[in-house]
Amino acid sequence: MLAMHAPDGFLEPQVALVTALASAVVVAWCLRRAADELDDRRIPLAGLAAAFIFAAQMFNFPVASGTTGHLLGGALAAILLGPHVGTIVVTVVVVVQALLFADGGITALGYNVMNMAIVPAFAGWALFVLFRRVLPTNAAGVVGATGLAAGVSVVLASVAFSLQWLFGASAPVPFDTVFSAMVAVHALIGIGEGMLSAAVVAAVLAARPDLVRGAQDLTPAQLGDGDRVKARTFVIGALLVVVTFAAVVSQFAFDDPDGLERVAIDQGFIGSARDHAFGGSLFADYATRGIGNEQVSLAVAGLAGATVALLVGYGLASASRWPRTRPTG
Amino acid sequence: MAANPSDGLTVGAGHGRLHLDQLAVGAPSAVRRLPAAPKLAGLFAFVTVVAVTPRWAVGALVADAALVVALVVIARVPALVVLRRLVALAPFLAFALTLPLIGTGEQVDVGPVALSVDGLWAMWNLVAKATIGATAAIVLTATTPVPDIVRGLEDLRFPRVIVAIVAFMVRYLELVADQLGRTRLAMTARAHDPRWLWQIRPIASSVGSLFVRTYERGERVHLAMAARGFEATMPVTGWVTPIRRSDVVVALLPAVAASTFAITIVIGT
Amino acid sequence: MRDLRFRYPGAAEPVLDGLSLVVAAGERVAVLGANGSGKTTLVLQVNGLLEPEAGEVEVSGVRLDRAAMRDVRRQVGMVFQDADDQLFMPTVLDDVAFGPANLGVRGDALGERVTDALGAVGASHLRHRTPHHLSGGEKRRVALATVLAMRPALLVLDEPTSGLDPRGRREFAEVLQHLPAAQLIVTHDLPFALATCPRSVIIGGGRVAADGPTREVLADVALLARHDLELPFGYPPPR
Repeated sequence: MLAMHAPDGFLEPQVALVTALASAVVVAWCLRRAADELDDRRIPLAGLAAAFIFAAQMFNFPVASGTTGHLLGGALAAILLGPHVGTIVVTVVVVVQALLFADGGITALGYNVMNMAIVPAFAGWALFVLFRRVLPTNAAGVVGATGLAAGVSVVLASVAFSLQWLFGASAPVPFDTVFSAMVAVHALIGIGEGMLSAAVVAAVLAARPDLVRGAQDLTPAQLGDGDRVKARTFVIGALLVVVTFAAVVSQFAFDDPDGLERVAIDQGFIGSARDHAFGGSLFADYATRGIGNEQVSLAVAGLAGATVALLVGYGLASASRWPRTRPTG
Repeated sequence: MAANPSDGLTVGAGHGRLHLDQLAVGAPSAVRRLPAAPKLAGLFAFVTVVAVTPRWAVGALVADAALVVALVVIARVPALVVLRRLVALAPFLAFALTLPLIGTGEQVDVGPVALSVDGLWAMWNLVAKATIGATAAIVLTATTPVPDIVRGLEDLRFPRVIVAIVAFMVRYLELVADQLGRTRLAMTARAHDPRWLWQIRPIASSVGSLFVRTYERGERVHLAMAARGFEATMPVTGWVTPIRRSDVVVALLPAVAASTFAITIVIGT
Repeated sequence: MRDLRFRYPGAAEPVLDGLSLVVAAGERVAVLGANGSGKTTLVLQVNGLLEPEAGEVEVSGVRLDRAAMRDVRRQVGMVFQDADDQLFMPTVLDDVAFGPANLGVRGDALGERVTDALGAVGASHLRHRTPHHLSGGEKRRVALATVLAMRPALLVLDEPTSGLDPRGRREFAEVLQHLPAAQLIVTHDLPFALATCPRSVIIGGGRVAADGPTREVLADVALLARHDLELPFGYPPPR
């Protein structure tokens, strides 16, 4: 919510600039790759897909008894269209929203594009590929992988924003407050996103499976096989996962901060020196001031950042090699 | 997420019904007459200067705000339109208001409450910059028809493929949004009024079929393009938007003014 | 078109099976047939959007193959059934300019083509409008203009009257009658065919089942019935 469509001034200019440059580079690269994948069809198809994502984002779906939520669509776009085209499509949506609807600041486009398009599309794709490895090779497997990947992608987007806050906070709210609040809220939002994305992919698979890029390797036999996951089961399962995860992490991190710190030191994320973990002017003063346990926070930031970076990187790499096998006939 | 009557027609995220042809409103004005490309460049420049202006240069930011209000008046954009389109900022403004309360650091007593000094500055920073930036963008869209904005992006040498995708998206946006709205309406008419997340399968199903239909339209559009000779790149018309030097100067005035304000205050301190 | 054969991938029966048809310059021919008879498939062959399995297509003496695609597409103008698929640019002006611009026409010459084409369909006043907000009839006419701007020798129209009200149909018929290009009009709208096309062909069984003056074809109620065609309820057969 607050991590998306951020207005001007939400993060400091240096972060705005760096993310703008990084996003521009990635989007430019996606354009090149999309040209290979779609040749001259990419303009009408991407344009229409962007219209679809925009419309789907406007659309509110029920969450609980009158409360509604909205789809973000980054992971969904990547799974349907492939991560390169998906990123371009959501980028266009974000840019048009900022320019024409004043929804999102123009100077905030760098990090808005990164958080709403690049991270969900590539990290979402990476997660999708990983989940598909462990799920059955059939339509239900694709749908399940979509749901999980889309749900987690939302959390990762909020993590990315929190990291940007660490470097470019414009307000005296410490990083760990932002991080925990963002991740908690987006874990819940992610459940809705996961469900809706999974259900949409299921519907598309039923009508035109060739339009789901993430299922391109399935043969017609594999498509028809397998049971459908009951929606209620999925929600309960997802809630359990989230609660368990939160319990484990909080147990580990906050009851035993030294434990997490030890892990981080062992893994090389922070030095064993006990002074100012956040020394130096790299981090925003606002974000580091007031942190309870700096070592833990730095460890969390390092781990989270590494996770996001690894997933995005894996997404970038695996996107080029997809699909590994093609159906015959 | 906000509580919302699920009447099936409410389109959320602050956009309301989409009427792209009604984005440009208000009477003819000097701002309206400017070609789109200089206006876009002027907007980018101005918003960048404002974002970079330090928060403690209060005079500069206040002057920027006054400048934006002056633009609204010169462009003859109705105030209600501006306010309505600023609604998307609401959650962030609300967040800004909490900053003096939740902010860390030095505290100051304002009446019975202890407020964070840094929080107050942060609130000022966010409210000022977010509002100025959004209002400037609103002035642009209220004075520039959407096709002109697209042409402006092209004139500014944005990558042609991106501009083309934007153009197609904008062209089909209302069509697709209408289709989605009608599907929801049809479902509500058949008494499908879901309130819980796991009841969304039919809605998701309709969203999925909308994707299929939209994609297939994309394929048909491509056929139509090919039938009219399209090969790989969008054609060049050779038509040039007449842009006078004076247009560029006028459009860059706000950015220059904002820079002047900022530099004056910074140097004076 | 000579001896065209075409089968959709995965279909058991060929849709077009030995179909041959000759259209003379400036001639207006209505293409009639039941749903699924292959009318649309046929017209998609004419400018190469679909490739036949066998047989050949020749337009203005040019054989249609990969190399000649661009020339043929300049000669053949297709107006699709759904005008929204065809009006994809931000404004009417841009849409009408798209075709000739692809052919290399630029600047003032391009401007002239656009003005002429819009004038020919009576849509000059729609120049700066966005396609989404036009009425059905206006969209049809603008779609026709986008194709006319390429100065084709042959116009192919797929169900041009679907969704039009009676006045829209009449106006469209009038526009068509003033155009010099040859026309192939696929339609269900038999009265419209009668009003605009001196000659009609019926597609059935993958080939041309009947070919003659429209008046005669429509008067032969038995013939129509054999191909699942019917004059509108209450409309008497022409005498």
